[in-house]
Formats: sequence, structure tokens, C-alpha cells
Amino acid sequence: MPLNIRTYHELTEPDRSGLGEQIAGQRRRLATRLAAVGRVIVVMSGKGGVGKSFVTAHLARALARAGRAVGVLDADLNGPTVAGLLEAGTARLVVGEDAVLPATGSDGVRLVSMAQLLTDGQPLAFKGPQAESFVWRGAAEAGALRELLADVAWGTLDVLLLDLPPGMQRFLELCDLLPAPPAVLTVTIPTPESRDAVRRALRTAQERGSPLLGVVENMVGGPFAGTAASDLAEEFGIPVLARIPWHPAPDTWHLLATRV
Amino acid sequence: MKFLCVECDRQMAFEERQLPGDGTLAAAFRCPKCGRAVALLTNPMETQLVSSLGVKIGGTTVPAEPLETIRGMVATGRDDAFTEPVGPSDGRTVGLSWSAEAQERLTRVPGFVRGMVKKIYADYAKERGIGEITPAVMDAARTELGLEGM
Repeated sequence: MPLNIRTYHELTEPDRSGLGEQIAGQRRRLATRLAAVGRVIVVMSGKGGVGKSFVTAHLARALARAGRAVGVLDADLNGPTVAGLLEAGTARLVVGEDAVLPATGSDGVRLVSMAQLLTDGQPLAFKGPQAESFVWRGAAEAGALRELLADVAWGTLDVLLLDLPPGMQRFLELCDLLPAPPAVLTVTIPTPESRDAVRRALRTAQERGSPLLGVVENMVGGPFAGTAASDLAEEFGIPVLARIPWHPAPDTWHLLATRV
Repeated sequence: MKFLCVECDRQMAFEERQLPGDGTLAAAFRCPKCGRAVALLTNPMETQLVSSLGVKIGGTTVPAEPLETIRGMVATGRDDAFTEPVGPSDGRTVGLSWSAEAQERLTRVPGFVRGMVKKIYADYAKERGIGEITPAVMDAARTELGLEGM
């Protein structure tokens, strides 16, 4: 005779451990922290090396110069670069009672990055058993991302820009963490190879219900040939927000800021 | 994760957590009806997975510190990454002292996480009316609060 075992959801007695409630509490904390943020925008691309961090940093500065309150979260935990571009790579973070204060970078942009936390030249490494670390490393990185969103006193922001690493993993983690799918700004270079990689990213964002703000084509007029931005704009019905020349002028970023 | 006493058809209640210090974890649960206890034992990888989620089996009685998972788990953090506040919340709460052994033990904690660990021990002592933090208090706090790796 099989044992008569009630299911997980049928057991509803309160328990001190309360793992489910602990997770729910994390979500509430994050939602509360971001309640004063007007818009969360992720800067992403399916491809590496197209200039996401470069675009993020200059867009943030242009928005700040236009009088907007801007924050940047460097979500590239393993290859953080945007903090250096905003001249706050070595800033020390002040620990408050229930949150860490973000550093202040160029043009007053509020910023938190793993670059500020790691020893120079060292990779992001976690304590714990290294054998089969693939089992828990993803969870650790997602946990770190959650804390950088929820445990930083971002304050009232018009825009919080998230600079993502290449690939889709971080975007999917954000979709699980945030109260609503974030708006997406994609960056490509002109080549067909970049177009194909960014297409996958846009498709993923579309499937998750993220508003697609448009595409920025970077490194235009240099050695990279192609029509990636136009192709993607037509395919997804989104605007080309900017074509950033190899040597951008200051008004390049100002124009981009007016379109975001 | 829940435990059911099948014979009594009652959900078992969390009772105690133990951290032997080798990366493993033991959590005991007891049936409120028949009193039978079972222990959940996790290996280091399983313990790490739970820590990575930022949750504690058995819960905790003190609020989470800012960036607790990052500060507790990152092995390559800068010693001077954080500026800790000075005042009542800096781990030197008025009326609370640290024994010489406890202070020495605290110096062995990496700078990246030391400020947070100090505050957690201070909050633990304050909550229980403990006037002096000793290594024994630190051990008790570590087990009760689930501070694996700190």
C-alpha cells in the first residue's frame, strides 16, 4: 500500500523556517526600493564587444546633464567596466542602516558596480565548494544582482540604466526579479553577425513582454560594414535611436538622450 | 522545503540548526503531535546553494544586512570596499564590550565582510541582553543565525 502523503501546497501550517516567505520578502524589498524609480531600462545585446557599457555611460551622462536623476547599475558582474567609464571605479560604498549608498560618478550619475567591490585584477569568485560550482554559481550571481537592486539606496530616480553582459541570462534573471519586465534598449554594430545575435536578444525581450525602446547602432563609419540597425528596426517595428559614429561628438549623446 | 510526519499526518516544525564548520548543515524538525525528530543534512554544495538564494533554513531573528549575500559570499572582495557608519549601528553599541579573544577573532575576518559581521554579532548580543561578546557568543550567534562562512 502506498503511503498517504499530502502534497507540498497542502501543508499550510506556519513554520519558523518559512523559506517561501523569505523569498517573498526579498521580492517585496526590491519592489519597495524601486518604487521611486521612474523607469528601469536595460541596455543589452546578444553580442559582446558592441559597446553596451560605452553607450550606457554616455547616455547616463547626457540624461544627467539634461537634468534627469539617473542611476546606473552595472549588471555585468564578471566584466564590470561602466564604473570606470563614469570615473567611479574605485569609489568606496558607504553602508547605511538598511542600504548601501551608491557612488556618485561623472555628471552626478549614481552608480553601483562590482568593480567597486572586487580587489583590482581579481575575478568575481565566491567562497564555497568549487567542485560542481555550476550548480550554485548562477544562483549566487542572481542573488548578487537582487541585492544590488534592493539593497542600494537609489533614492528618487527618473531612470535607472542597467548595463548587461552579453547573452540573455542576466536579462532573464531580471525579468524574474523585477515587478515588471524592464524596458529594453539594444546596442548593435553594423555587421550581419551582430544583427543576428541582437535579433535573438530582441526576440527574447519581446517574448518576455518588455517594451522595446529601439536600437542603437555603434561604431558606424569604421571598419564594420552592414545595415544591422535598419534591418532590426524594420523587423521589430522599433526606431533606430542613434547611429553612433566611430568618433562621437557631444551632441550625439544629447540627441540619443532626447529619444529615450 | 517542508517535512511531513506521515504517521501523524502533521507538518513537522523547525527546531534547531547546527553548522559543524565543514560547510555542511544540519537542521532538525519535530512532529508537534508525536514528538519524533528528523534531521536534514546538507552537503557543502547543497548548503552553498541555499546560501546563494539568500535564505536561511530555520529562518533568522535579525534583519538582513545590506548586500549580505555579496559580502558573505564573495571571496575576492576589496578590504576597503565599504565605509562602515560610525555610531550606534557600527557594532560598538553603547554598553557592549568585546573580549580580547573576540576582538582577535574579529581581526581574522576579511575586511570586505568584517563590518557586517561585527554589526550582526552586536545586534545578536543586544537582542539577548548580552553585555560582552566572547568567542562562545560568536559561535552561538553563528549557529543560531545561520552565518555559514562568516
